Amino acid sequence: MTQAQKASLSPETVLAEMKKNRVTHVVWLPDSETNWLYLLMKAEPSLTLVGVNREGLAFSAAAGISAGGKHPLVLIQNTGLLESGDSLRGWALGLDIPVVMMVGYRGWTRHGVNTDTAATYTERFLNAFGINYYLVESDEDAPRISIAFEEARKTKRPVAVLVADEYHGFNR
Amino acid sequence: MMDTAEMLKVFNRYRGDAIVVPGRGGRHWVAISTRPSRDLPLGDPAMGGHASFAMGLALARPDQKIVLFDSEGDVQMGMGILATIAEQQPANFYHFMLDNECYGTTGGQPVPGARTVAYDAIARACGYTRTHAYDNLETFSLNVERILSGPGPVFVALKVRPEIENEPIGTRRKWRTRTQVQAIRDLRRELGIAEA
Repeated sequence: MTQAQKASLSPETVLAEMKKNRVTHVVWLPDSETNWLYLLMKAEPSLTLVGVNREGLAFSAAAGISAGGKHPLVLIQNTGLLESGDSLRGWALGLDIPVVMMVGYRGWTRHGVNTDTAATYTERFLNAFGINYYLVESDEDAPRISIAFEEARKTKRPVAVLVADEYHGFNR
Repeated sequence: MMDTAEMLKVFNRYRGDAIVVPGRGGRHWVAISTRPSRDLPLGDPAMGGHASFAMGLALARPDQKIVLFDSEGDVQMGMGILATIAEQQPANFYHFMLDNECYGTTGGQPVPGARTVAYDAIARACGYTRTHAYDNLETFSLNVERILSGPGPVFVALKVRPEIENEPIGTRRKWRTRTQVQAIRDLRRELGIAEA
C-alpha cells in the first residue's frame, strides 16, 4: 500500500459511519466525485437515497424526515452548501433539526495556496451560521464523523463534516 | 377562484386522521382543524421548502397520510422537488397547491407566469400518479373525497382568491399558536416517536 493510499478516506469507511450512526435516508446531490459511494449506498438495504436537484431542498427534506422520526444525512458539495443558506437557516437551524451534513470540500488543500473560491468561503459560511464542523481527510479521521453525529443529537443542530479528500472518500 | 378558508373547511370534512402541513393556508387552518396534534402549522420557515419538507415526512412515515397545502410561489421557487417526489412515489403524499397568482404576503405582485403556468401539467410531466386542477369550490367539493381515498403522490392545483398583506411584517396578525419546534414536538408525541 502506498503512502497516498494509507492517507486516503475510503467510501467503505464513509458508508460504515452512516450505518453505525443509524442513518436511514441520505438526501443528496452528487458531488463531483461521488460515484463509487453512490454505488455502495445504492446497494445498502438500510438506506433510502433521496436525490434532490438543488441543495437547498436537501435541508427542508431532511427536516421532514427528522420530524417523522427517521435519521437523515445530507450529502452535498460545498458549492451547494453556499446556495443553501436560507433553507439551512429556516428548516434546519430554525426547527432544531439534528442533522449531519457531509460536505465535499472542493478546492481545499492542506499544502500551498487555495485557488478555488468554493473552498475559500466554505468555513466562513459555516462560521457565519454558527455551525460546527469537522475536517475528515483520511480513514484515521473517521471517528470524527461519529463525533459529528453525536454532537448533532446532543445539540439538536446541524453539524458539518468537511470531506477534504473528496476523490478517495467518495470513490475508489 | 375559491376562498381558501372555505376550501379548507370542505377538506376538513374528509381529513380523517391525516397529518396536515397547512403551509400558506395555516392562518385559516389553525381555526378550522379539530386535530391540532396532527397538524404542522410551521408558517414559512424558508420559502420554497414546504414540498420537500412534507415529502420527507411522507417518506419517514409511510404509515401516515400526509397532506400539504403548498403555494404556487413556493412551488416555483423549489420546482425541482416535483421530480424528486415523482421519483420517490410516496403513496401517502397528497400535495395541494394554493394558486392566488401573486405573492400575497409582499403586497400582491404577480408571480412569473401568473396566468399561464399549468402546475398540474408540470406535476404530471414529472411523474405524479394523479393530478388535478380546480378553480371553483363546487367542483373541488365534489372531488376531494375521491382524491383523498386514492393513492398518492397526487397533485391538486387550486385557484384561490388572493389575500394581500401589505403592512410592515412586525405589525401583522400573529396566527401561530405554537412555535415551530413545539408543533414538531407535539406531532412526534402524537406518533409515539421518542426524542432523538
